[in-house]
Amino acid sequence: MSADKKTISILEERRAQVLEVGEGTTGTLACERHSVAGAVSQRACVFCGSRVVLYPIADALHIVHGPVGCAVYTWDIRGSLSSGPELHRNSFSTDLREMDVIYGGEKKLRTCLLELINHYHPKAAFVYATCIVGIIGDDIDGVCRKVAAETGIPVLPVHSEGFKGTKKDGYRAACDALSRIIGTGDTSDVSPHSINILGEFNLAGEAWIIREYYERMGIQVVSTMTGDGRIDEISRAHGAKLNVVQCSGSMTSLAKRLKEDYGIPFIRVSYFGIEDMAKALYDVADFFPDAPEIMDRARTLVTEEVSALLPALEPMRRDLAGKKAAIYVGGAFKAFSLIKALRLLDMKVVLAGSQTGGPEDYEQLREMCDPGTVLVDDANPVELSKFIVEKGVDLFIGGVKERPMAYKLGVAFCDHNHERKIALAGFVGMLNFAREVHLSVTSPVWRFAPRFAAAESGDRP
Amino acid sequence: MTTPAAAEILDRWTVTRNACKLCTPLGACLAFKGIEHCLAFLHGSQGCSTYIRRYMISHFKEPIDIACSNFSEHTAVFGGGVELHTGLDNIVRQYAPTVIGIMTTCLSETIGEDVGSLVKTYREARPELAAALVHVSTPSYRGTHAEGFHDAVLAMAEQLTEPGSRGHHLNLLAGMLSPADLRYLKELFADFGVEAILLPDYSDTLDGVPWDRYEAIPPGGTPLAAIRRMGSAQASLELGHILAGRERTAGKSLRDRCDVPLRSLGLPIGIAETDRFCRAIQEITGAALPARHEAERQRLIDAYADGHKYVSGKRAVVFGEEDFVCAMALFLREIGIIPVLVASGGRTGLLEAKLAELGGDSTVAGDVDFLTMADLAKSANADLVVGNSKGYKLSKELGLPLVRVGFPVHDRFGAARLLHVGYRGAQQLFDRIVNTIIAHAQESDEIGYTYI
Repeated sequence: MSADKKTISILEERRAQVLEVGEGTTGTLACERHSVAGAVSQRACVFCGSRVVLYPIADALHIVHGPVGCAVYTWDIRGSLSSGPELHRNSFSTDLREMDVIYGGEKKLRTCLLELINHYHPKAAFVYATCIVGIIGDDIDGVCRKVAAETGIPVLPVHSEGFKGTKKDGYRAACDALSRIIGTGDTSDVSPHSINILGEFNLAGEAWIIREYYERMGIQVVSTMTGDGRIDEISRAHGAKLNVVQCSGSMTSLAKRLKEDYGIPFIRVSYFGIEDMAKALYDVADFFPDAPEIMDRARTLVTEEVSALLPALEPMRRDLAGKKAAIYVGGAFKAFSLIKALRLLDMKVVLAGSQTGGPEDYEQLREMCDPGTVLVDDANPVELSKFIVEKGVDLFIGGVKERPMAYKLGVAFCDHNHERKIALAGFVGMLNFAREVHLSVTSPVWRFAPRFAAAESGDRP
Repeated sequence: MTTPAAAEILDRWTVTRNACKLCTPLGACLAFKGIEHCLAFLHGSQGCSTYIRRYMISHFKEPIDIACSNFSEHTAVFGGGVELHTGLDNIVRQYAPTVIGIMTTCLSETIGEDVGSLVKTYREARPELAAALVHVSTPSYRGTHAEGFHDAVLAMAEQLTEPGSRGHHLNLLAGMLSPADLRYLKELFADFGVEAILLPDYSDTLDGVPWDRYEAIPPGGTPLAAIRRMGSAQASLELGHILAGRERTAGKSLRDRCDVPLRSLGLPIGIAETDRFCRAIQEITGAALPARHEAERQRLIDAYADGHKYVSGKRAVVFGEEDFVCAMALFLREIGIIPVLVASGGRTGLLEAKLAELGGDSTVAGDVDFLTMADLAKSANADLVVGNSKGYKLSKELGLPLVRVGFPVHDRFGAARLLHVGYRGAQQLFDRIVNTIIAHAQESDEIGYTYI
């Protein structure tokens, strides 16, 4: 592999977005830039940002206004579970054709909305604008207004034209739509010890795990946004006393807005790894000093969970100690938790990157990481593969698009994207995470990979 | 034949609910993955390339790099010429491709980008550029992934081939098959002793080997030099009954521009269609069917006899891309299964006429989505469902087993290795279908027979 080190180079325009942590490194990592044309970014678009945030609201109608592609690639895309309705697991599209593009799609959108609302009786409808809607100039706000008046349910335009910014702008558009639902419900039975869980999408049932922890502490969870989401719950969210925000990239704008509009303070948390999970519980307990029993219960909960967890991690930690990990995730917050979780397993992080991290995120990463760790913003397959090879990575943590490049190079993989089927959040999630990492890293199949095959070559025919 | 009741169901909805089709650029990306050292480039938003990559990776389990020009608001207003050129420069630096396949998207088409002339300007500004550039118009609002695929193949035929003195090789324009299918076809031609240029050939790029070093573009694919020689072939074989009904195809372009005789055939799924395919090769080249393929054919006939009672008279819902469902419907009829509902999201309008012409009286539904298909299927009294994995919900709702074929297969392992074509492919399909029916009966039966 040594020859590769010389041949894989990073595009000039991208160099400022890659940095190796060193003793006394000062410079900052460039980020929040428009992806370089032709760089093969792993990012998606504005539409994707909106779609993933709102997708888990299970009793709402989600219709994508545009040609069929955007709708079909987001059909049942996330493992966001619902305890009840599953309307969100369908893919509805206006499926614009050539004539619609020429003459406009407003009429078709209206027809489609009325058909769906009359048939499925959703609690609300989200209308996602795709690229060409912005170009052909359909007035989707007007259509939504009229259909809302006709049907009596909220019909909310989501301005998610793919080219109008980045995924983060899509998050903002989704939060705008959510903020129009919040404040419309009855809050009379909301407890003084209540929270909203923001930025938790119930992948593999994770929101249920987190919700259960808070409920064990005696806290009322008014809404989760948006995992296992329901329009009625979201409409009452302004009654909660605290917003607990995970996945800060997607939901901070909503949290700020709720602070301005309703005076609800917010804290940032992460539910990955023992340390961050425990902190997420203690920080919430801290917020309710009038009820010290909440903190007592939090302590008991953490003690119980951790004392069961640590012995189970121990044998895996022994196998994984010293192995090198690379992390490339969508939002940077996950990277912080993953670094801590990997350290608990005595693993070494040699690459940490994200699609949408901000300056503070990367500053925090730089402080957290050991010298020699590469930090990268908005990376692409060439760069990620370069560092897999150069750093001798044993485990890659990423999503669907990163998985095959790891496997091609004989590297174990942990799926930490929205398609995962195994809960990685919460204390039980730490155990699942360790198991997932352990089974991939220690799999016997790697000995046949070319990377390790030299040791096996004696047996080859 | 469409009954009045079916016609009423087909007319019921304007909205598309769970589409049974993909967008045009995806098909073009698939075609470009079959060219040696080629990189696909989408002129549009970042999301288009990322979604298509993710969708294809989930099926093929291979790295799939697709570049894009990444439109911004500024680009959408002022045009994407600069981004296209920057993007091409960057992929040349990062990937050093031999061929670049440039596609449009609904966005770049709607703002009226003239990609042909932008590419020409780029080529003129980079006289030192070694890569061949192919461009194809693929707006998502026109057609489906099948059109994108065939238009990309047509673009390659038109832009990369030239007439030449007649050689002994054949062109094989095989359509949207699996990597295993393409690998099988190459093996068949090798056994015939006939050189065939397969366009495209993603048998290695999308079902590849592990790497001992980083491969920016995985090895495999039709070499550019081979594509250039397609204009001097002895004949072209172009597969797909629906494709044959299109006004312009790669095979027709090679015929009209380079005088390469064209034979249009169906996808060789099942004995009858494979026989026609092999006979065409024999007629053109004079080569005899190789003994081991004849043996595979005989074993298949033997298996048809052994298994016929399990399938005879069974009723199937078949769906997917038009050419694929057309071939699959013919295969099912060949083994005694009635394809009661043949459905596709494709909208060439050719499927119904083609299946009627080929015999039988299935309900044929084009331009249909999965939920409408489910409404049609409820009264079809079917026994099984045959199609891609997106029909899982349909099969679950109907309580019927799903035999996964074609693209995409996102919920099972080994999609790239699914073999459909040739005697061998028919054998595998037959075995899978028979066993699916037996397993379904066994699971829904209290006795649980231990002999079939």
